[in-house]
Amino acid sequence: MSDILKYFRQNRLPHIWCPGCGHGTATGALVRAIAKLKLDKNKVVVVSGIGCSSRAPGYLDFDTLHTTHGRALAFATGIKLSRPDLKVIVLTGDGDCTAIGGNHFIHAARRNIDITTIILNNNIYGMTSGQYSPMTPKGMLGTTAPYGNVERCFDLAKLAIAAGATYVGRATTYHATLLEDLIGKALINKGFSVVEAVDQCPTYMGRKNKLGTAVDMLNWLKDRAVNVKAAAVMAPEKLEGKFLVGELYNQPEPEFTAEYMAMAEQVRRKYDNFQGGVRECGQNSD
Amino acid sequence: MSEKKTFEHVIHERWCKGCNICVAFCPKQVLTLRNVKVFAERPDLCIGCRLCEIRCPDFAIEIREKGVMQPKGKDVGDIDFDLKPEAHHD
Repeated sequence: MSDILKYFRQNRLPHIWCPGCGHGTATGALVRAIAKLKLDKNKVVVVSGIGCSSRAPGYLDFDTLHTTHGRALAFATGIKLSRPDLKVIVLTGDGDCTAIGGNHFIHAARRNIDITTIILNNNIYGMTSGQYSPMTPKGMLGTTAPYGNVERCFDLAKLAIAAGATYVGRATTYHATLLEDLIGKALINKGFSVVEAVDQCPTYMGRKNKLGTAVDMLNWLKDRAVNVKAAAVMAPEKLEGKFLVGELYNQPEPEFTAEYMAMAEQVRRKYDNFQGGVRECGQNSD
Repeated sequence: MSEKKTFEHVIHERWCKGCNICVAFCPKQVLTLRNVKVFAERPDLCIGCRLCEIRCPDFAIEIREKGVMQPKGKDVGDIDFDLKPEAHHD
């Protein structure tokens, strides 16, 4: 722990999240993964949008950016393209990523740009007092769904895979070690990596749906989560109402910044030849 | 006779919000809440699994390895008489 505390802005702690909020656990998992990889503090950029989850970079001692609602991935794309040597991590919430920033999300995945996106999914808009989000499961209650949510929710992992992300994982805050491993693998992966951290919101999700305390909610998450390896041998009717955790997809593809730089280099060379070696003509004898 | 590792619990009381997660998921019931803050009541039972540390949302608890408890009564067969007594001094 003392080795990970150096990655925190300790004068900012304790954080403002509610007692028992899962965002702290997920942030801790991210910092542990970074500490395990021994990444340089000055080579990591953490970008976030708006929401409870997006408070996280304020407590982390990296280069951090707290941007507009849903646009964290757009800002991160700019950072990555201007400084490809940096490790860019986006911390975003479920509403921030799938509702307001849904378009940015699918297009960042389509480009396969080397950004690690960690979605802290608490199934609800916690900061604005518990409106239902695109990730609220059908039938659950929210402030704006007093009789139950009639909409179906996104399967974020399937959405990311379909949009073209090259690494997709999902874990809950109950499975904190698995979450840490998945984030570590996502950080290593060269390409758009998505890790969905399903966590608990005891204040709004828990109270509104009578799920009890943070401990009860963690047990509720544990009961609903099935590891992808165990699910492979399970009967489909047993998987009803459950979600998969673990490494769901890992298929490396050419990365956007590398491709872009290669293209720029190719065009530059072509241009130099065309102009008869105007630039660096001494070396351009071939 | 096996050696037993001992652990100490470093608690940042100012950061703890008393959410009870560490207390509920400790496999050895080492921790309790005292005045809505976590307190290590039976630290000698701790096995160092760090489940409290990794699940704590407030980064408030830390497990440190204190050392190895030597079993009492050393077997004469374990002592290496070829080493001079000075070799044990750092």
